[in-house]
Amino acid sequence: MSAVLDKPADERPTVRKPGRWAAPPRPTWEEEPSKAGLAGKGLALGFACFAILFPLWIVIVTSLQTKKTIDEAGGLVVIPKSITFVAYRELLGGGQVQTAALVSVGVTLVGTLFSMTVSVLCAYGLSRVGSLGHRWILMTLLATMFFGAGLIPTYLLVQALGLTDTYLALILPSAVSVFNILVLRSFFMGISPELIDSARIDGAGDWRILWKIVMPLSRAVLAVIALFYAVGYWSAWFNASIYLTDQDMMPLQNVMIQLVQKQERPVGLSAQINTGQLSPIAIQMAVMVMALLPVAVLSPFVQKHFKKGMLTGAVKG
Amino acid sequence: MSHSTVPRSRAEAKTPEKNPAPSDGAGSGSRGGKRAGKLSLRLRFRRDRTLILMTLPTVLLILVFNYIPILGNVVAFQDYDPYLSENGFVAIFQSPWIGFEQFERIFEDSAFWHAVQNTFVLFFLQLVLFFPIPILLALLINSVVRPRVRAVAQAIMYLPHFFSWVLVVTVFMQIFGGAGIIAQTLRQHGYEGFDLMTDPEIFKYLVTAESIWKDAGWGIIVFLAALSSVSNDLYEAAAMDGAGRWRRMWHITLPALRPVIALLLVLRVGDALTVGFEQLLLQRQAVGVDASDVLDTYVWWNGIRNQDFSYAAAAGLIKGVVGLALVLTANKVAHLMGEQGVYKK
Repeated sequence: MSAVLDKPADERPTVRKPGRWAAPPRPTWEEEPSKAGLAGKGLALGFACFAILFPLWIVIVTSLQTKKTIDEAGGLVVIPKSITFVAYRELLGGGQVQTAALVSVGVTLVGTLFSMTVSVLCAYGLSRVGSLGHRWILMTLLATMFFGAGLIPTYLLVQALGLTDTYLALILPSAVSVFNILVLRSFFMGISPELIDSARIDGAGDWRILWKIVMPLSRAVLAVIALFYAVGYWSAWFNASIYLTDQDMMPLQNVMIQLVQKQERPVGLSAQINTGQLSPIAIQMAVMVMALLPVAVLSPFVQKHFKKGMLTGAVKG
Repeated sequence: MSHSTVPRSRAEAKTPEKNPAPSDGAGSGSRGGKRAGKLSLRLRFRRDRTLILMTLPTVLLILVFNYIPILGNVVAFQDYDPYLSENGFVAIFQSPWIGFEQFERIFEDSAFWHAVQNTFVLFFLQLVLFFPIPILLALLINSVVRPRVRAVAQAIMYLPHFFSWVLVVTVFMQIFGGAGIIAQTLRQHGYEGFDLMTDPEIFKYLVTAESIWKDAGWGIIVFLAALSSVSNDLYEAAAMDGAGRWRRMWHITLPALRPVIALLLVLRVGDALTVGFEQLLLQRQAVGVDASDVLDTYVWWNGIRNQDFSYAAAAGLIKGVVGLALVLTANKVAHLMGEQGVYKK
């Protein structure tokens, strides 16, 4: 052990005042990290973060450039030279993309609300071990985690129910996630029984207990699960691609496939795109930003609860 | 507001959970049953009707959208014709039974075997290239002591998990595609451009890279949790005994991760037949069927695009049955290794 570490902690030379980014004090037994080790760690971490952020940077920056800068760069722009919101103004000013964005927002809001309501009720209903039918219902739900019915029978059923070409087809078939219910349930089961018993003695029924006691105590996990559901609805495109035929009903992800992957031209834009004031690449990038922005903005807020959410999700039969 | 008239002691209901018997699962169930058996079924229903009512919407949704379609798999044994009736569901009852003919057709189809082959190649690549990365990233993040740096790095790494596959595939196209930034930079400097997105040879690595980009960061959560549960005393004691940081990593950190790694590995094997349905569907056109067809996309193409429902349902059924067998086997292996698996024994 080095001589420095043999001294008590408070006699060691302090390098700098601890700021918000500073390392917490090292336990006395731990070695000081070597310069090479620190540099290597920094490089590895930096590379991982760079690999994730760089593509996003390109997409965002390019969506904000004028046609001239994009043409000069020969396509995608890495270093921004000009800032313009033309592409966004164009897309949100009406036409196909605006409709699709509204559809996506609507389906996500309604779907998340519906899924959360149903899941929270079910999780609470199953949170009382020993209640009538508890085991049977739980088994019924758990079994679906092991086998799916398959794509074709599900498709035929949705058709037979008359859901094709309705927004219900985007919400109902995937409205509940058993995994999410299990996460909620095990969180609810962790709430102190004494608290709930005392509420019951005071005359509260199950509805009131859920609303007034259980839900306020589970804000963190509710936020995580709501985010999971919302991301699911926001990212979904497959159901729309097989159940919807009407172009005007398509959500944003499907329109993004058409615009960016199949290189189609957005419908319902003004003549600007033809007169060459607007780069088609900027339009494509702007659509991508619209698809990624809500998720990128929301998820960091919920991030600190992820671990708890994922861990309480460990299945208990 | 229905108030229960029968007193229910939550503490009592909880006891089986708090004192798990050596052989858990079944034991606690039967004991719970005995305890509750003191009340008649009618009283228990009266007491728990609100709870049952609460689960009802979910149960209905699961029955309709998960269980009824299982019955719909009978079309695999039919020559199903959706036009026999106005309602496709009624048409199931009117279609002729043909036994295992569809399955025979499938086994004779070389495209099916090609899809099977692609499925396994992709599964293997993901296992070898993808699987270790979250573990390494978790070790890396765990060794960062500054809380701020940690939080920021984690936030960045979790981010791509929340992007849709459409977005991920599109982003890759913008970077590695023929009109992408790398090919363009090369061309501007007088080299020949390239298009990784349409190269069938490279496709399988590309798909794996996309999966890594999207989900490797998310995968670290469970490892970080395992790491955070390791007591600091262990490290201190080891350091006192003269173990350097690498020895501590080898003898304390890695053993702490072992059960999680084993469990996830087993589960991944159980899920071997599912290798990125949406992701592959999105790139099917660009790269061609030969390189991109896996079991899931094969079912989608034959059933929904070609409207050959019986054939596709039969292929889906094969996948489902083999997949279920794999999951159950994997869980069995997990139990044998002393892990909990997805469900308890």
